[in-house]
Amino acid sequence: MISKRLIPCLDLKDGRVVKGVNFVSLTDAGDPVETAKLYNAFGADEIVFLDITASYRGESPMWNVISRASEQVFLPLTVGGGMRTTEDFRRMLACGADKIAVNSAAIKHPSLITEAAMKFGRQCVVLAVDAKRNEAGRWDVYLNGGRVKTDLDAIEWIRRGEQLGAGEILLTSMDRDGTRAGYDLELTRLASEAVGIPVIASGGAGKMHDFYDVLTEGKADAALAASLFHFGIIRMSDLKKYLAERGIPVRTEEDVYGKH
Amino acid sequence: MIGVVDYGMGNLRSVQKAVEFLGGRAVVSAQPADLNGCDKLILPGVGSFGAGMENLERTGLAAYVTRRAADTPVLGICLGMQFLLEESEEGGVFRGLGLIGGRVVPFTQGKIPHMGWNAVSDMRSALFAGIPDGTQFYFVHSYYADVLREDTVGVTEYYRTFASAVSRGNVYGVQFHPEKSGDAGLQLVRNFMRL
Repeated sequence: MISKRLIPCLDLKDGRVVKGVNFVSLTDAGDPVETAKLYNAFGADEIVFLDITASYRGESPMWNVISRASEQVFLPLTVGGGMRTTEDFRRMLACGADKIAVNSAAIKHPSLITEAAMKFGRQCVVLAVDAKRNEAGRWDVYLNGGRVKTDLDAIEWIRRGEQLGAGEILLTSMDRDGTRAGYDLELTRLASEAVGIPVIASGGAGKMHDFYDVLTEGKADAALAASLFHFGIIRMSDLKKYLAERGIPVRTEEDVYGKH
Repeated sequence: MIGVVDYGMGNLRSVQKAVEFLGGRAVVSAQPADLNGCDKLILPGVGSFGAGMENLERTGLAAYVTRRAADTPVLGICLGMQFLLEESEEGGVFRGLGLIGGRVVPFTQGKIPHMGWNAVSDMRSALFAGIPDGTQFYFVHSYYADVLREDTVGVTEYYRTFASAVSRGNVYGVQFHPEKSGDAGLQLVRNFMRL
């Protein structure tokens, strides 16, 4: 039985973690590599690095961040923000990323999904979708970090993304993001039922039961959160125990290997 | 020294980084001249079976790896494990190296790719020394290996039971990514380094 994944998201600006992670054990709360190492020790199943400035070309600190992270953190690493071309894919994968999340660039040039999937395999192409509920009870897709509304229907776009070659969907509810009111279960469930590839739910986690809900009723394959984990409001180990006790398959690693 | 066989596809550095993290040395190369000095070989894997085998055949690496496997431990990872089998149905029917008995066939149920953490059980290999049976590893694959029982040294459930670890003589293979499977994965890499 495959486990449901719990994924911390590190929001980066100029190569530093923003909204600093306040774990006492961190000597440098802004260093994404130190933070990722800590999440590895806590039992995170995967780590997402999101460049929220997403405006760079060429010399970005992200290349170096991922290169350093992959030398010390042996978990799947996903990178998002500003990835626009297959050359960006090639270079970031060579730095040690396992998956690349594309959002605005894929909306503007859907062929990017197909080309990247052909060149590097669909398993490394994550389609990130920012969705916001409209008056008709559907969800619109937004780009540029949620600043610009598009004409795309979120569920249709997700379905098309799969057809184009995406291997996974990272779905953020803009209505719930930052509210801690729980994930958008309806949106997540509709998306998960629309495609045959995994869906990562994002936006709105506030308590442990929200994870339970989105992984059951929401039919998500994975759940992502940022500040909730960073601020220590929910500890990864507690959350996994909570979910396991309620019958959700999660990875709990026994500490039999010693510390590095 | 571990030789990571470079057949021109995918990210080969993660395996090298894991070996180096564990204090070992690894060289990534397609040249027998470099690989000859290695006492172990790793065949990593990302990409498609047909294109990968074509590269291995064209560069002579298929014959090279097969020859070295007579007296050198070889570890195939993910697609690298699948290359070890007799044939694959991915995108047609392609011959593999035939070092392990079995064939590669597609998943037909559940979300595909099988992506995420899943348990490996019925472990019976030195690769799993110190790793509890049922430990989870990170998988990403759309095809699975249907392997002879005697060559299967670990199994996983995903809508069916499949061989997630294989071994025959000096040849080892794991369907999951030990280099992406946290401490348990590093332990497996360490075990291979110590063979």
